[in-house]
Amino acid sequence: MARQSQPRRRLRASDLTVNGILLLLVLAWTIPTIGLFVSSFRTRTDIQTSGWWTFLPHQEWVKVEEFDPPAGLDRDGVMEIRGAQGTFEQFRNGIASSDGNTRVTWIGNKRLGTVQVQQQKWIVGYDLTLDNYGQVLAGKTFDIRQPDGSIVTEQGDDFTGAFLNSLIVTVPSTVIPILIAAFAAYGFAWMRFPGRKLFFTMVVALLVVPLQIALVPILSDYVSLNLNGTFLGVWLAHTGFGLSLATYLLYNYISSLPRDILESAFIDGASQFTIFTRLILPLSVPALASFAIFQFLWVWNDYLVALIFIGAKPDVQVLTMRIAEMVGSRGNDWHLLTAGGFVSMILPLAVFFSLQRFFVRGLLAGSVKG
Amino acid sequence: MESSAKARLSQPVGPLDWLTTNFLRLLLALFVPVATFGILYAGFIFLRDSQAPKIIIAIVAIILGVGGVALLYTVANWFVEQLGDRWRDRLLPFIFVGPAIAILIWYLALPTLRTFWISLFDSDASDLVGLANYLAVFTDRTMFIAFRNNLIWIIVGATFCVVFGLLIAVLADRSRFETFAKSLIFLPMAISMVGAGVIWNMIFNVSPNVGMINAVWAGLLGQDPVAWTAAASLQPWNNLFLIVIVIWLQTGYAMVLFSAALKGIPGEILEAARVDGATEIQVFFRIMLPSIMGTIIAVATTIIIFTLKIFDVVWVMTGGQFSTQVIATQFYREYFTAQNSGYGSAIAIVLLLTVIPVMVYNLKQFSEREVF
Repeated sequence: MARQSQPRRRLRASDLTVNGILLLLVLAWTIPTIGLFVSSFRTRTDIQTSGWWTFLPHQEWVKVEEFDPPAGLDRDGVMEIRGAQGTFEQFRNGIASSDGNTRVTWIGNKRLGTVQVQQQKWIVGYDLTLDNYGQVLAGKTFDIRQPDGSIVTEQGDDFTGAFLNSLIVTVPSTVIPILIAAFAAYGFAWMRFPGRKLFFTMVVALLVVPLQIALVPILSDYVSLNLNGTFLGVWLAHTGFGLSLATYLLYNYISSLPRDILESAFIDGASQFTIFTRLILPLSVPALASFAIFQFLWVWNDYLVALIFIGAKPDVQVLTMRIAEMVGSRGNDWHLLTAGGFVSMILPLAVFFSLQRFFVRGLLAGSVKG
Repeated sequence: MESSAKARLSQPVGPLDWLTTNFLRLLLALFVPVATFGILYAGFIFLRDSQAPKIIIAIVAIILGVGGVALLYTVANWFVEQLGDRWRDRLLPFIFVGPAIAILIWYLALPTLRTFWISLFDSDASDLVGLANYLAVFTDRTMFIAFRNNLIWIIVGATFCVVFGLLIAVLADRSRFETFAKSLIFLPMAISMVGAGVIWNMIFNVSPNVGMINAVWAGLLGQDPVAWTAAASLQPWNNLFLIVIVIWLQTGYAMVLFSAALKGIPGEILEAARVDGATEIQVFFRIMLPSIMGTIIAVATTIIIFTLKIFDVVWVMTGGQFSTQVIATQFYREYFTAQNSGYGSAIAIVLLLTVIPVMVYNLKQFSEREVF
């Protein structure tokens, strides 16, 4: 008995190490996103004055009593208030009682300050609000009272338009290249024609060409075609830049379909087009779906292509551009930035979690095979 | 699919026949993309002038874009089907592959040559200056820093992605929370680099009230708060803080592939080694690591290509200032901000040159595997 239980105990100990390290890594990977998520619900002042982690229960000095400094204090020397002794600078930082339960702190300047008695209390940063999202989505106006008493009305950022633009850009930019790539993959896999090998070698060679190479010439084409700043231009750009990988991956899948299915369809007199639409496309749904998810995420998250081909046109701007603009110009508006950042993640995260299985399968189809 | 005899019959015979066939093939290959383009373009002019609410325009645009392409393929196919067997066999493949080839040539193949051509001219593309731009690229001090940074990106980024990916894959394989842990590690893949920029800008913020790192550094350790990415005095170390972001984004990708590869190792081999008294460390280094080497190389290659082209993270976080510039941000700055087309194009070509070894490797692998 004793002999048997020993390896089991060792196993349990190593189990603990494995899960412990894994937990640490998972935490490290998740905390940044949680930080953004929590911050997006905090008020403007809260974000600037305390870390998002204060939303967790923690101990903090809380004011229990406040009064004017007693008369006759030597404010330049050593003072004694409520049993605490120290200079003005020490009181400014707060002097804690010997048992650490209370603290006396001087608030304000030397001449006109007040004195606070504080106690350690458990608190949570409970002041969470949906206002940031309201401002970000609806572009709600809000009033700010200035120090001199006047009221300034400011227009919040409206992300709804950018969200719709992102959708208009992403859906066709996902479907069009997949459609074209599926036709091409079938052609390369199951049809014989001159130049087949040469053209497919080109597809493989272009897999790694950085898109930066193409930006300049395409931009000048777009300028002469008056395509700059249009959705059509962005669709075509994403189609062009994604087509090579799409063709390659779908070729891998379609060429591995069993030959006899196609042959029996031919004997039944089906045309190539019928076979493609009725047989190949339905059979390829797993490959098509997994690439679609990838392309969707890439296009939705793209910044460079949008930056070049949409430029500064505000009515066609996509989400990533709006946020990047805010990071640059209003880097301190954390309440809007965090909410906006999260809005831009909602759709990809939803896609990610609902289609994760396909997503992983697509990754494997593409990369392990070689 | 056609039998080879039939395929030979459908090949052109005389020079005239050869000429017409290939002319028609070219025409067809261009027909779908050009006609689609025309229809979409007309639709867009219409949409641009319409006053409909944005949501309606969105739906119409999506239907137009997707439907237009599908329709064009159908029409082109119908047209070729009417031509009779011989011509159909000659032309039909080009309905299928033509549009893809045409688009790839327009968007990637030709631009490579055109960018090279522009790179031989001076800043406003008027005077031929030969290789002077390249000379400038390789002697410029800011470009030198960009190259150095890209090298740091490649080495540090790829190493950490592979190491963390492997570690997590091995650990998750033995854990009961495998799916849960893997989903959370994989999650940043769904986040844009711009979104990641927002997140990490917050983490690296100078104020200990916003930035987590400074909350520990200044709040707990009592040091002066540091602007981790935006401090030229920290260079080249400030690059590492940017690289952390990409490690965070890409480790999930490495993990998934490693995880699948590990599961592909036959259980008997591992079992046999353990029975023979090998420790878990020995099993990992002597058996697991060698059997998934192919996957490790594939993953490292993808991550290297990815980090070579890195742009968004640097651009959003620092704008390439504080000595964090990389090749891609220098290209953008020179070409689009400084309007220096020749020099910018030369940088782009240098970027292409750096990926050529990977391209050659790809082609070699492909031709070995293929039974064309």
